Amino acid sequence: MSTVEAGRFGVFGGRYVPETLIPALDELDAAFDEAMADETFRAELDGLLENYVGRPSPLSDAPRLSKRVGAQVYLKREDLNHTGAHKINNTVGQALLARRMGKLRIIAETGAGQHGVATATICARFGLDCTVYMGEEDIRRQELNVYRMKLLGAKVVPVTSGTRTLKDATSEAIRDWVTNVGDSYYIIGSVVGPAPYPRMVRDFQSIIGREAKSQMMERAGRLPKTVVACVGGGSNAMGIFHPFVEDRDVELVGVEAAGRGLDSGEHAASLQRGEPGVLHGALSYLLQDEDGQVHPAHSISAGLDYPGVGPEHSFLKDSGRAEYVAISDDDALKGLQLLSRLEGIIPALETAHAIAWVDANRERWSPDDAVLICVSGRGDKDVAQLTTLGLTAQ
Amino acid sequence: MASTSTTISSNVDETFAALRQKKKRALVGYLTAGFPDAARSIECLRALDEGGADIIELGVPFSDPIADGPVIQASSQRALELGMTLERTLEIASAAKLRAPIVLFSYLNPVIAGGPDILERAAAAGVSGILLTDLPVGSDSAREEWLSSGPLSFIRLVAPTTPVERMAEIARHGSGFVYLISRLGVTGARTTAPEGLTETVGRLRSATKLPICAGFGISTAEQAKHVSQLADGSVVGSALVSAAAVSPESVSRLTQELRTAIDS
Ligand SMILES: Cc1ncc(COP(=O)(O)O)c(C=O)c1O
Repeated sequence: MSTVEAGRFGVFGGRYVPETLIPALDELDAAFDEAMADETFRAELDGLLENYVGRPSPLSDAPRLSKRVGAQVYLKREDLNHTGAHKINNTVGQALLARRMGKLRIIAETGAGQHGVATATICARFGLDCTVYMGEEDIRRQELNVYRMKLLGAKVVPVTSGTRTLKDATSEAIRDWVTNVGDSYYIIGSVVGPAPYPRMVRDFQSIIGREAKSQMMERAGRLPKTVVACVGGGSNAMGIFHPFVEDRDVELVGVEAAGRGLDSGEHAASLQRGEPGVLHGALSYLLQDEDGQVHPAHSISAGLDYPGVGPEHSFLKDSGRAEYVAISDDDALKGLQLLSRLEGIIPALETAHAIAWVDANRERWSPDDAVLICVSGRGDKDVAQLTTLGLTAQ
Repeated sequence: MASTSTTISSNVDETFAALRQKKKRALVGYLTAGFPDAARSIECLRALDEGGADIIELGVPFSDPIADGPVIQASSQRALELGMTLERTLEIASAAKLRAPIVLFSYLNPVIAGGPDILERAAAAGVSGILLTDLPVGSDSAREEWLSSGPLSFIRLVAPTTPVERMAEIARHGSGFVYLISRLGVTGARTTAPEGLTETVGRLRSATKLPICAGFGISTAEQAKHVSQLADGSVVGSALVSAAAVSPESVSRLTQELRTAIDS
């Protein structure tokens, strides 16, 4: 009998998928645990993270932002990874696992295109066949990343169903997987989906928090008072939170997208405005109407534009261990400008939500407090969109 | 773990008992509730019923149907745009007054949103069974227990990838019949016969005494006839939904063709 009910975070998570996928999830679960217990696998993973991704990523101090906030702000620089975001930490791990399992065809979904690019990149590196599903709306918003994926040899399949964004791309990737489950491996891009994905993606991403923790100890001689990260599906946040969860004095803050306002009905704040429900294989907070239909999300940043959220965040929220807040589209734009001008770092629009929240909550900290922000990605991918929004460079 | 199947005989059980007596195979037809609109949905259901379907699967439209191919996806999206809900699906079930037992075909989320009395309300609307595409056996014992102890037959699914020990486990936790997904993939018409179906049905037979109905990708009379030689019933979905997009008469014609082929 399979261990389907394992892989829960409190009541959240699980495996709400078509029966066809259950044996594949059992196989994946076992293969992941085996791989992580295997020295050779870990050495290969560490080697790639160091020599291909460019880890460890730096921890930058942020003197001018620190002055403005009135606390010691530290930036964990996932924007400096190869391909420009944290997403590659996960795709390197999962692609290695796929290869070990003998699955040479890779499927992925993407929203902003960062996960798609990170998947296409590692597939090129390993010579794996790569198909990326992307909503038509996101293809329009993130042209540059579509071009990058194609340049890397991936097939980008436009998804025209539903809202034509990340949620529909994810559904389409799952349909592909159900159809080609024998020879294909689905590299999911966040801590979402059926077990074991949320745990597996968290473990691959927790390199962010492990490094940041030792860098903080080395540089500041103490743990941060607050750790802040943006939350779409929640992988960069889980990655930086996870190694701090047992450090009860460290506050964990996840910043969701408030879009046009938390009460506008046009946002992506699943944890703050959603109700528990089932989407893409897991029970978690979900934007939905009273009939259980999924409510489309909205965010200026394609990477946060998702109506669901990883089940472990739902657990951290309900248990009170993490706090979830939200930042609007407009404030995120200001956050992007702020970090650009004060620190010479143009963050991704997703990351900009975390920056903006710290700036808006300066009264929380005293000058000696350390605040650790996950800079999940760089903003190059967003420049074309910013110019169409009329955001002046002045 | 969820409790074993209910022993009270249901409409679904009676239907299969009657078919067995007549040495006939079942025609199971699927239609999406509220497609192409609420009124025509009822007409199409009646056409399916009168055309000779033994069991009618009534699809509850869901915004994110991960187990469905393009035809059922599009029909669900259209039905939702026109305001279809689980509540209205029950109204359709009740208004249609069908001879054949109705099995709700749904994703879990709308059923959870329906509240704790949804199964009783569905039964009161004349629904006999329920099948959930995304609640595999062992995935959520509390909800599975709720479903298997309720008033509806709880139809579970078996896939071509399911190992034989798990087949037995699945069958033990279901009632009515076992829905055998006949091929890897999502719902939708295919031109070829499902590969390896003989072997899969054979394995499933060794694991359960429940009737076996095979579906996914069965669209023509010829395919239905082939499947009927192996399983106790054939499920036809997307082809009927495509017919419903044209007219109730098309549903009627296709149903009769399928019926004739299965009985021949
Ligand atoms: C730079 C960046 N940050 C954050 C996210 C949001 O994803 P997650 O919440 O899984 O970290 C994305 C997703 O595309 C991204 O590209």
